[in-house]
Amino acid sequence: MNGKLVISSSPHIRTIESVQSVMIDVLVALFPVTLVSVLLFGYRALLTIAISVVTAMVVEALWLRKLDIFNDGSAAVTGWLLALTLPASAPWWLVVVGAACAIIIGKQVFGGIGYNIFNPALVGRAILVVSWGSHMVGKMPVPKPFAFGTDISAITAATPLAGEAEALGVSLSRLFIGNVAGCLGETSALALILGSLWLFYKGHIDWRIPGGFIGAVFIMGAALGGGFYGNELLTGLFHVLAGGVLLGALFMATDMVTSPVTKSGKLIFGIGCGAITMLIRLYGSMPEGVTFGILIMNALTPIIDNFTIPRKFGEVKRSA
Amino acid sequence: MGIANFKGGIHPDYRKELTASLAITSLPIPGRVVIPLQQHIGAPCEVLVQVGDTVKVGQKIGESKGFVSAPVHASISGKVTAIGPYNHPLGRPVEAVTIESDGIDSWAGDLKLPGDLDSLSADELRALIREAGIVGLGGATFPAHVKLAPPADKPIDLVIINGAECEPYLTADHRLMLEKPEEIVFGLKVMMKILGASSGVIGIEDNKPDALRVMRQAVEGEANIRVAALHTKYPQGAEKMLIYAIARRKVPSGGLPMDVGVVNHNVGTAVAIAGAVKEGKPLIERVVTVTGEGVARPANLLIRIGTLVSDVLKACGGLKEETRKLIIGGPMMGLAQITDDIPVIKGTSGILALTDPDVDLFESRPCIKCGKCVAACPINLVPTFIAQAYEHGMLERAEKLHAADCIECGCCAYICPSRIPLTQLIRLAKAEILEKRRKK
Repeated sequence: MNGKLVISSSPHIRTIESVQSVMIDVLVALFPVTLVSVLLFGYRALLTIAISVVTAMVVEALWLRKLDIFNDGSAAVTGWLLALTLPASAPWWLVVVGAACAIIIGKQVFGGIGYNIFNPALVGRAILVVSWGSHMVGKMPVPKPFAFGTDISAITAATPLAGEAEALGVSLSRLFIGNVAGCLGETSALALILGSLWLFYKGHIDWRIPGGFIGAVFIMGAALGGGFYGNELLTGLFHVLAGGVLLGALFMATDMVTSPVTKSGKLIFGIGCGAITMLIRLYGSMPEGVTFGILIMNALTPIIDNFTIPRKFGEVKRSA
Repeated sequence: MGIANFKGGIHPDYRKELTASLAITSLPIPGRVVIPLQQHIGAPCEVLVQVGDTVKVGQKIGESKGFVSAPVHASISGKVTAIGPYNHPLGRPVEAVTIESDGIDSWAGDLKLPGDLDSLSADELRALIREAGIVGLGGATFPAHVKLAPPADKPIDLVIINGAECEPYLTADHRLMLEKPEEIVFGLKVMMKILGASSGVIGIEDNKPDALRVMRQAVEGEANIRVAALHTKYPQGAEKMLIYAIARRKVPSGGLPMDVGVVNHNVGTAVAIAGAVKEGKPLIERVVTVTGEGVARPANLLIRIGTLVSDVLKACGGLKEETRKLIIGGPMMGLAQITDDIPVIKGTSGILALTDPDVDLFESRPCIKCGKCVAACPINLVPTFIAQAYEHGMLERAEKLHAADCIECGCCAYICPSRIPLTQLIRLAKAEILEKRRKK
């Protein structure tokens, strides 16, 4: 002891987990879906992700005037997630604009990490959908498995969500594996679920948000989807597997900053995301509703938190 | 029977292996002790001796007329050399009696041997415990006889002995269970008799299978006493969590265990009570775990009350150069000290020296609302919102979020990936709220 003792309030030990380690865990969890997207969509998938991640990190570093461009890793996560919501055919400038908007408008104008109301990646995507719809909705590149060097952006098809005919054109097993037209990260349910297991294992996500989300999509799809697979339950399953529901439910809606902190709040939030997604899918003018489903629920998060403060331990009437 | 558990909590690195296998040894009687006149929650004692007096071991040197108080006794024989304020582990200097040892360790002759458990009445037993100056040895230092004297309208049917020892590093209770199981069971029987309780449970975390085995052997043949295995999780030993895990009873917010018919005491307290009833022995020593990466030779030591921490550390080979923090208690709820010139008091369960990298001077980052503090809080608070409200000067919101119910276990601050000192902020909010309520 050299006479200088540190004084601080208890506890005196801390978990080794940090914001950065949480973000790195998210990146690890994105590995399976990234791998599948490269296998399906070739080098353009890799290029899109690289441009988006680098743009997000550079823009954030410039905004914060910090040299450490990885920093807490949150910008990389935002860029990565945004890229996974883009089609392989997206031109480079679209990716750059999307990533820059995600960081600046989605995150930094609110005060940076922790203070943003909306999921930054989805803010970026929403801006692109509204501004350059022709690139973002409708026809999407058709995957060419293992054709790494081929530019697959030329051959496009409507996504399975475009209508009943398109839906019937794919099988549920193909949807599960991911060999269907769509955005980079949304097509393979298998890869998304595999990756999310890491986040469950590390305790970074709670079952309530994805559970509520997927449950609501399944129930509404089964009840209101029209039963076009010849069976209401299979229609429900189709709605879970097609489009961005799993990417949204497992990786977007579970964004810590923009979702409730309470357990019951998380469940309500998840159900809300699923319900709005299905309302847009079934009755809206767009084929897909995940983006706006989550963004709307993001806006409601503070209110949900306030109404779901748990009962404290022993909160009972005392036998006076 | 399953493993008893509660909701929430954390799994810190326990690091008990530093001392768990080390038998309790007695620290040689020190040349000097400093005995504070307040070592308990409640009224401080009036000093009964003067500078120059000769005292013997076990002689009462401080006493208070208040009911919520506990007398203090000389822990060595010798001469009183000073009476005045001295450094105290709780931070502020406290009136204390300094005794220089005569090297003889002669005991006060007036220790009366009380007799056996059957012949003593509840009131006699309570008086014995009070006379012996016994307080809660888990660290809370609430006078034991007060807990054992609930009002008539709060009947107690269950006495729980807390052997969870959920604080990382500490092993004093673990060793007591291994080495003094009969004393613990005897202490429990005394409490059950005083309270007229029909059953007793000794709760032990299941990371101490040897203690579970030894204690189960010790209660064999006891019809009303059983040993409960507890899930190893911090803060399993917190009184509300322990009672819920064992008996599924929820102590009401703002209430006490006696509101649900329970009294609980630490294993160390049970041993002290056994000593008082069997031998008329006052509380003049206790088992302390001296541990941490900064201690040269960690140990479980039986130490006379008032021994200076600096003397204890010297006996353990001193502190290593890289020591950055000295803590009295465990790492989750213990108090960081500015000096080792403080006495071991009745509530000192551990002396812990931490080094880098455990002592990191971290910077907080903004809350990312991961909700890990919410999941970890054993009493269902939303720590991050309380801390935020307090930081923004919104004391009323903090109060509405039940800041005053915080048990200060430290789980929220431990688990926070943004390194926000949540427990500290909530503690501040709690203090201001309680201050406000007192003024009303």
